[in-house]
Amino acid sequence: MTSAADPAEAAADKAVPKEAALDLDAALADSGVEELLGTLETELVGLTPVKTRIREIAALLLVEKLRGQVGLSTGPPSLHMSFTGNPGTGKTTVAMRMAEILHGLGYIRKGHLVAVTRDDLVGQFIGHTAPRTKEVLKRAMGGVLFIDEAYFLSRPENERDYGQEVIEILLQVMENQRDDLVVILAGYRDRMERFFAGNPGMSSRIAHHIDFPDYAPDELAAIARLMLERLQYQLSPEADRALVEYIERRRKQPNFANARSMRNALDRARLRQANRLFGRHGSKLTRDELMTIDAADIRASRVFDAETSAEGASS
Amino acid sequence: MRITQGTFSYLPDLSDDQIRSQIEYCLEQGWAISLEYTDDPHPRNTYWDMFGQPMFDLHDAAGVMVELAEARRTFPDHYIKLNAFDSTLGFETVRLSFIVNRPSQEPGFALEREEAAGRSVRYSIRAYATDKPEGERYR
Repeated sequence: MTSAADPAEAAADKAVPKEAALDLDAALADSGVEELLGTLETELVGLTPVKTRIREIAALLLVEKLRGQVGLSTGPPSLHMSFTGNPGTGKTTVAMRMAEILHGLGYIRKGHLVAVTRDDLVGQFIGHTAPRTKEVLKRAMGGVLFIDEAYFLSRPENERDYGQEVIEILLQVMENQRDDLVVILAGYRDRMERFFAGNPGMSSRIAHHIDFPDYAPDELAAIARLMLERLQYQLSPEADRALVEYIERRRKQPNFANARSMRNALDRARLRQANRLFGRHGSKLTRDELMTIDAADIRASRVFDAETSAEGASS
Repeated sequence: MRITQGTFSYLPDLSDDQIRSQIEYCLEQGWAISLEYTDDPHPRNTYWDMFGQPMFDLHDAAGVMVELAEARRTFPDHYIKLNAFDSTLGFETVRLSFIVNRPSQEPGFALEREEAAGRSVRYSIRAYATDKPEGERYR
């Protein structure tokens, strides 16, 4: 605590005795944030740096709330964020969770997420951009504005691009209406870095730059199992091994999009499973069979084809 | 003469916080809010000018308050009203409408009598403000 806060602190000491320290647990329970953080922990695999940062933000907001209760000076912290990471690393999912968490902590009033891209903000002719951007901003007020692939807003090669106007309006609102909305910019790491380098005003108004790491193979497998569980499917033991192999191979191929690739792979496996079940008409199906994805459903993937034709190995 | 029109018309003008609460209520009901302005205070003048487009899909009153501040900056000496439109089947109409800005001086109305056939008299009212052309009233 700084010496500048001392008079306020002294006043607070009079108002609330020392046992106010107990309040933190009560406030935590009261906000329901612990629950949200818990689901974050169980439903989102990996992403340790992201979770750590969310915990820190949650802690800061709770402490601010308590400071306000005992009469200490509080400044609403700036919570605009940038999420950088490769495709499929969970940026949108986390943004959605972030809206819920900030709502639970009382930082934003409504807790909804408005997800937009360049097309929703930039107009098609002179004078079209500002009203369009303002309309989106108005819709996002009280919640979180999530701008996906934010670097498309800036086109340095074209001076007259309307994207610059969007950035200016955004900056103004981000600065003046900090308690009305939280802006989250998302995109690939290198391009976002270039975007921020070209727009230093934007970079300096964003307090939290959060980097989403790629998933490790075992994390991807865990994600796939979680997705299947949610869809009420299960993997046979051989299928599980096939899945691990699949991930190994898929990761080395181009256009690998982490969790999104996993979801697509599973969708295709379900397709093949359905087809396989159809192919054996005559015999009765059990509930278990309807739920189970076999190794064959996964190994039929093109990913294995490419490998076998190249190396003539495996399965 | 203070114009009374719309909901809450006999109450003192609403403060910004009260307006904000009303907007919150409207948004909770799923109504779309729009702003309109005019400088013709005649009670039968139902066609006010729209200020911007109606605001759909808002979640929070802050968005409307931004627009209202903008409207007040642009037309400080006009009447501005806030309408809440209910689009649900069976209503499809404005459910709430109240004045959120008015000129500092409101000169009121003149009563005009017209001699009609057979010594009967027709009455009408005319706002003093409308003596001047549109845009130059209430200065």
